[in-house]
Amino acid sequence: MKLALRHVFVLVVCAFAVFPILFVISAAINPLGTLASTDLLPTQVSLGNFGDLFASDVYPFGRWFLNSVAIALLSSFASLLLSMCAAYAFSRMRFAGRRAGLLALLLIQMFPQFLAIVTIFMIFTRVTELYPAFGFDTVWGLMLLYLGGALGVNTWLMKGFLDTVPKELDEAATVDGATHAQIFWRIIMPLVTPILAVTSLLAFIGIMSEFLMASVFLRDPESKTLAVGMYGMIAGDQRNANFGMFAAGTLLTAIPTVGVFLWLQKYIVSGLTAGAVKG
Amino acid sequence: MAPDARETARRGPRRTVTTAFVVSRIAVLAVAAAFLLYAAPPLAAAGSWTGLGVLGAATAVIGYLYLTPRHIPAKYLVPGTVFLIAFQIFPVLYTVSTAFTNFGDGHRGDKQAAVTAIETGSVRQAPGSPEYDLTVGLRGQELVFLLVDPDTEQVRLGTADSLSPLPGAQVGVTGKVLRAPGVTVLTTPQAAARGPEISALSVPTPDGAIKANGLSRAVEGKAALVYDAGCDCVRGDADTWTADDGQGYFVNAAGEHLAQGWQVDVGFDNFAQVLTNPTISGYFLGVFGWNTGFALASVGGTFALGMAVALALHHPRMRGTTVYRIALILPYAMPSFAMLLVWRDLFNRDFGLINQFFGLNVDWMGQPGTARLAVILVNLWLGFPYMFLVTTGALQAIPRELTEAASIDGATPWQGFRRVTLPLLLVALTPLLISSFAFNFNNFNAIALTSEGGPFPAENSQVGATDLLITYTFRLAFGTGGAQFGFAAAISVFIFAIVAVISAVAFRRTRRQEEVYA
Repeated sequence: MKLALRHVFVLVVCAFAVFPILFVISAAINPLGTLASTDLLPTQVSLGNFGDLFASDVYPFGRWFLNSVAIALLSSFASLLLSMCAAYAFSRMRFAGRRAGLLALLLIQMFPQFLAIVTIFMIFTRVTELYPAFGFDTVWGLMLLYLGGALGVNTWLMKGFLDTVPKELDEAATVDGATHAQIFWRIIMPLVTPILAVTSLLAFIGIMSEFLMASVFLRDPESKTLAVGMYGMIAGDQRNANFGMFAAGTLLTAIPTVGVFLWLQKYIVSGLTAGAVKG
Repeated sequence: MAPDARETARRGPRRTVTTAFVVSRIAVLAVAAAFLLYAAPPLAAAGSWTGLGVLGAATAVIGYLYLTPRHIPAKYLVPGTVFLIAFQIFPVLYTVSTAFTNFGDGHRGDKQAAVTAIETGSVRQAPGSPEYDLTVGLRGQELVFLLVDPDTEQVRLGTADSLSPLPGAQVGVTGKVLRAPGVTVLTTPQAAARGPEISALSVPTPDGAIKANGLSRAVEGKAALVYDAGCDCVRGDADTWTADDGQGYFVNAAGEHLAQGWQVDVGFDNFAQVLTNPTISGYFLGVFGWNTGFALASVGGTFALGMAVALALHHPRMRGTTVYRIALILPYAMPSFAMLLVWRDLFNRDFGLINQFFGLNVDWMGQPGTARLAVILVNLWLGFPYMFLVTTGALQAIPRELTEAASIDGATPWQGFRRVTLPLLLVALTPLLISSFAFNFNNFNAIALTSEGGPFPAENSQVGATDLLITYTFRLAFGTGGAQFGFAAAISVFIFAIVAVISAVAFRRTRRQEEVYA
């Protein structure tokens, strides 16, 4: 009896969790492609919205997808490498300023980068004048910006993991004549690969959804990311008419992440309890 | 005591020079040199000697660091630190210094730029002033005017800086220039495509400026407003505006100012305005209150729901947990920006699913109360799977014997939860709850993509009922009401301070992290 109650409660919450997603699927396969004509359960099935999405001249969805994936892949990879290097130094070496550095990072972690968005805009106005290749409307500039937040976010997490890897391993390697670089690349990195995978997935998802800085940064249609581009797709009076296309785009964006998410589910729980917040 | 890694390395066998060692040194040098070669010329061209100095010093330090066998920790710390300083620490410091200025629309440049803008902006055609035949051309990438005097047929070259004779130009019968040395003549359609640039260009002359009138004629006009360095004022239109270096404006006797001003330090004015100006401080306190409430409701709501589901599934005879878990995780895995936009439309008054489903006709985003409820609900949907996941993990770490012992001692299930499970859960999850609070306190996306801060009261389009401090700041800086960078930066500094207080409290409450220092 009490077990039945538990099931009922969980089912209600599941319904709450799933119904917006069901609505998106229904909108994506709705042949009329408008918000007003979409119900929770699809009445007709058509892939027209997906076709429209890729054939559209106004909305270069394929381009946005590539931009987003490229930015997210490259910056999550690079930022993890940067914070991994720093974590290695903090975990394995003793040097003047170590304690101060760790404390400073903990403090910086509390200040989200986007709070300085006003001056980031001003700084990059100047950068655009000097180096157009890294200025506004470029993927590279945005990526540099994301790398700036890298050290603050992940170093502590990584250091925590490195502290659990026994020190005896690298001491043995040192005795055998390995350099610090060899220890880092050949011994430490392979040992922490699983957690690197999870953290990079979280970083990837976070960057895919980053909207604030990208919207200030990318104004040219060709350079936009999915978040900025799709926001424009249903802005203003386009809201009703383009909803089917938007929903189709949402599903396409979700497929890779949901897939990897379900695959890494077990690790994600341990990664989250170690203190990562989805951005 | 563990032996110092560096000491061990020094006492250990002598390292041989490997290929990887040589290749990595060459690579570092190459990257440093390439970086210097790429970054230096634009800085030199712009005359930014400080920038050039910083760049040179940084490259030299990096080159030295990776060639010397010493300073091993720095080799690992420098790459991340460079980005950290350039794109996080520097912007934050810059924000603090901008908060003490009036930088923004009308106060972008220095005083000289403001004077030039005022004078050229006030150019009007005086009766009987000379008219020229205009041809638009390009000198390199720069837009220039080729001006032909109809009486003398003399051709002159006008740029944004100067007006000079241009010998050797060939003029057609209509007065248009056909060919000119060093200038590419634009055809009419090409020129038409650059209409805004052409009307913005004004060529200074000794007593006024030449501006385009259409695409083929240009007229010389006189500046109605003229700056007089003697009295540090602008005269003209039968009025005098005196420079006020406190405000960065030219102000007349009636207290009115010219639209164009310049950037000045205003000290604590921006901060004082937030705290003492009755209209602004009222809004600021309102936004701050709602901001705190929103973050608390988001954390509390998501934690309560996530924990409830986790507890419901945490039963030895519960079946189907895998399926339930997948369904519950889905909101976390969907792209959040897109789902926020979908939720916005679910709450749409006319064709939103919520109204349809429950047969209501509520203008959810149109009233303060319902809009706030809606954004909290949306954030609950986005956030509870995370709490569900972490509570599940934490629950599995709590031994079942504890609750069983409590029930043998006569505790009701509620008492067992309240006195045993919850305290243990909170020990494990408090750091996460605090970081979740900090995250939601600045959750820009959750508001900007759903209610966009609205609904706005009729008398003020700057502050809406669901605005967070960060969305309010964003609107001040980039919104339609004109950019107020200085004031927006001051609000950012307030957010910094609030976040710092929150983290200080968090530090005291969770001494957990202390042990990591050992």
